[in-house]
Amino acid sequence: MATAEAAAHSEGKAGGTYAGGLWSWITTVDHKRIGILYFLSGLFFFLVGGLEAMLIRLQLAVPENTVLSAEVFNQLFTMHGLTMVLFAVMPMAAGAFNYIVPLQIGARDVAFPRLNAFSYWLFLCGALLLNSSFFFGGAPSAGWFAYANLTSSQFSPGHGMDFYVLGLALAGAASIVAALNFIVTIINLRAPGLTFMRLPLFTWMTLVVSFLIILAFPPFTIGTIFLLFDRMFGTLFFEPSGGGDPVLWQHLFWIFGHPEVYILILPAFGIVSDVIPTFSRKPLFGYPVVVYSGILIAFLGFGVWAHHMFSVGLGPIANSAFSGLTMLIAIPTGVKMFNWIATMWGGSIRFRAPMLFSIGLVAMFTIGGLSGVMHASAPADLQQTDTYFVVAHLHYVLFGGTIFGLFAGIYYWFPKVTGRLLGERLATAHFWLLLIGMNLTFFPMHFAGLHGMPRRTFTYPAGLGFEGYNLASTVGAGITLLAMLLFLLNFVRSLRSEATAGANPWEASTLEWATSSPPPVHNFDVTPEVTSRDPLWYDGIALPAGEEEFHMPNPSYWPLVVAGGILMAAAGALVGLPVALLGAAVALAGIYGWSFEPIH
Amino acid sequence: MASEMAHGAEAGGLETAMTHGSHEEPHASSRTYIAIALVLGVLTALEVMVFYVEALSPVLVPILLVLSTAKFVLVVGFFMHLKYDTHILRGLFFGPLAIAVAIIVAMMALYGYFL
Amino acid sequence: MERTSTGVPNEKMLMWAFIGSECMLFGSLIATYLAYRGRSIVGPYEEELLNIPFITVTTFVLLMSSLMMVLALSAVQRGDPRGSKLFLLLTALLGLVFLAGQVFEFNHFAHEGLGLGRNLFSGTFFLTTGFHGAHVTVGVIWLLTLWAMAMRGRLGPEKSLKVEVAGLYWHFVDVVWIVLFTVIYLMSGASGA
Repeated sequence: MATAEAAAHSEGKAGGTYAGGLWSWITTVDHKRIGILYFLSGLFFFLVGGLEAMLIRLQLAVPENTVLSAEVFNQLFTMHGLTMVLFAVMPMAAGAFNYIVPLQIGARDVAFPRLNAFSYWLFLCGALLLNSSFFFGGAPSAGWFAYANLTSSQFSPGHGMDFYVLGLALAGAASIVAALNFIVTIINLRAPGLTFMRLPLFTWMTLVVSFLIILAFPPFTIGTIFLLFDRMFGTLFFEPSGGGDPVLWQHLFWIFGHPEVYILILPAFGIVSDVIPTFSRKPLFGYPVVVYSGILIAFLGFGVWAHHMFSVGLGPIANSAFSGLTMLIAIPTGVKMFNWIATMWGGSIRFRAPMLFSIGLVAMFTIGGLSGVMHASAPADLQQTDTYFVVAHLHYVLFGGTIFGLFAGIYYWFPKVTGRLLGERLATAHFWLLLIGMNLTFFPMHFAGLHGMPRRTFTYPAGLGFEGYNLASTVGAGITLLAMLLFLLNFVRSLRSEATAGANPWEASTLEWATSSPPPVHNFDVTPEVTSRDPLWYDGIALPAGEEEFHMPNPSYWPLVVAGGILMAAAGALVGLPVALLGAAVALAGIYGWSFEPIH
Repeated sequence: MASEMAHGAEAGGLETAMTHGSHEEPHASSRTYIAIALVLGVLTALEVMVFYVEALSPVLVPILLVLSTAKFVLVVGFFMHLKYDTHILRGLFFGPLAIAVAIIVAMMALYGYFL
Repeated sequence: MERTSTGVPNEKMLMWAFIGSECMLFGSLIATYLAYRGRSIVGPYEEELLNIPFITVTTFVLLMSSLMMVLALSAVQRGDPRGSKLFLLLTALLGLVFLAGQVFEFNHFAHEGLGLGRNLFSGTFFLTTGFHGAHVTVGVIWLLTLWAMAMRGRLGPEKSLKVEVAGLYWHFVDVVWIVLFTVIYLMSGASGA
């Protein structure tokens, strides 16, 4: 693929403008447009996953409810988890990586623009393939973790699990390719003077997350391929009757799955680490410590996977080791919390929407972190595992943490992307409703769980004391939905308002605010030079004036051809060998077309 | 060395003041490469010999680990010239490799190899 | 001229990062292979099937293809078209010989009753070596493409980076085989002990 990156360039013109029309979006290789595509796709799947959550909450509102059948309920909680993790949060974060990182490092694009477009199309193919299972005999229903041997042909007949394997293989490959691209971009395309210890924290966390992605997805890919072979070709990897060990799946899954939760949270930490200094009008407190603790969280993340498996019976030595390592992670995470609080301390704080959501993250993530340390202890975890207590914990870190962080980012960078500010009054209402809604939804789950309510069951009998908690959760989910509607209203209204934001509406310090809003195709007329960590505060630049020669890449349809070929090949695994071969041929032809695309 | 075709920085023209081509790596000569290939062949032969010598079977695994690690290092260091390259590339390779090896060892422990 | 912050060309860095990711891919396969070693409950078992002398020959072939690869790269770098063509072709051909050996080995095992779903050894063995074989196949196609470019006089020294990146991939595939040869074949003698 690397030689495939024979680059096609066209002469860039300073102040060049975007071509219009659908075709220009399909063939775009521009990081900003790809960022927008990623974000809008992610937002769409966020709404889909939210709808699935609403249905789940409706079913659980009262005991013995019959809104959904058990089978549909299983499909919905499986798809809710998969959709939110892989098709909502990751692409929304990828949207920010794409749009913001090149701007923050003073580059004109990512290192491999066509590869970047390819990542997006392949991700979209994976998302559509998995979700199409609803229309072809039912979605996967074994949970997002898909424990063996619930997933074998015997216990998961039908094609749901095949869609799981194939859809996630595409999405995983897309994530790896995108992450490789960002690793090279951040290491290699930094503006002069922008040393590693001057990188904005969001860029830093993008780099860390990219490493997590390229290292965590391969074990999962291997696990899904074992599963595919078990289901299609009769291998025995997870088949106890043939000596296989279903627990192996759990290992492979969580070697991926635990770093994955850091893949979800670290971008939010990066956003908050950029937002809090801006709205406190103070540099980030203890910058190197924030960087190093982010790296340490990521690194330790590979050594703690079995804390998801305490109830499997790995034995006291393994449980103790994984318990200890898990507790260690609380240290760098706690350090970050103190850094953010210390940044606000003595600052002149402006409570604008991005800041509200950032403070929301600090508070909510702390709650989720504390319950996380609780089940780091193996004996305590045995009481909590597979109950709603864990559901409460994971939603405090992923909703209270990641989603709040992403909303902070959306409010923060919306003016950069569109030239328009989101309405502040609706934003404030959105924040408070979301905060109340999420706490009402998830806080009672702690109690429901400690009272023994199991996860992943489609209903519960009356009289066990679960009714009040569940009704409260469902009401809370309704409030959350209302909050989201306010956000969408704000989003649409603001898009129609006048573009008056200007280059740097928040008076922030990092390079993306040095160029106009929205930025021109080539981002910067002249590549900026950096001499400090907060260039717009201390270097007093704005952009150097003048002219500079540069080339911007040509649009290309080959990335879409290759992604489409791969989608066809994957679908061929379900439809028949000829389709698979045809798809592979299309992909191969696409790779050659891509490699030998002429230079201009 | 960098070609027009190989214009990976499609953000071309990025005026990065630092370090272009500051480390044109010294190339080992063809003769060195052939010598290394010979060593690799000899090490492989040694590995296979060790496999067949009954008397060495108690220490088979440690000997094989040493020999194959030596082959690994030779190919990565010279054929992939990581020895002459910047530390960033070394980090990109050895960091992930260390995590992979740690996970293999942990899995072996979990599956009862060291008991 | 390409300018990057580190002086390393983007393509080369991309390949190294990709190789890092591949370490985890093959690491997972090896971890599974080791976890399941000796746990098959029906035969044929690994020690009855693995043919060390045969695989030693194909291992040697793959090692030599790595040598051809470095020679190809230095031929391209010093602008020697004859050497470029010759060594690229030899690298690819040796790769093909290795693949032929693997096809022969797989067939032989199947003939001996080791179908893909026979036991744990069959699944782990075929998938681990099969993944490696798939990587060799991609490498051969890549090398033949470069060779075709060289034959058409389109692989001058200014394009040596393309060959260098392909070479990194090829050597890594070789390195993976160094590990698999030791772990799967030679250490099979230790598993019974």
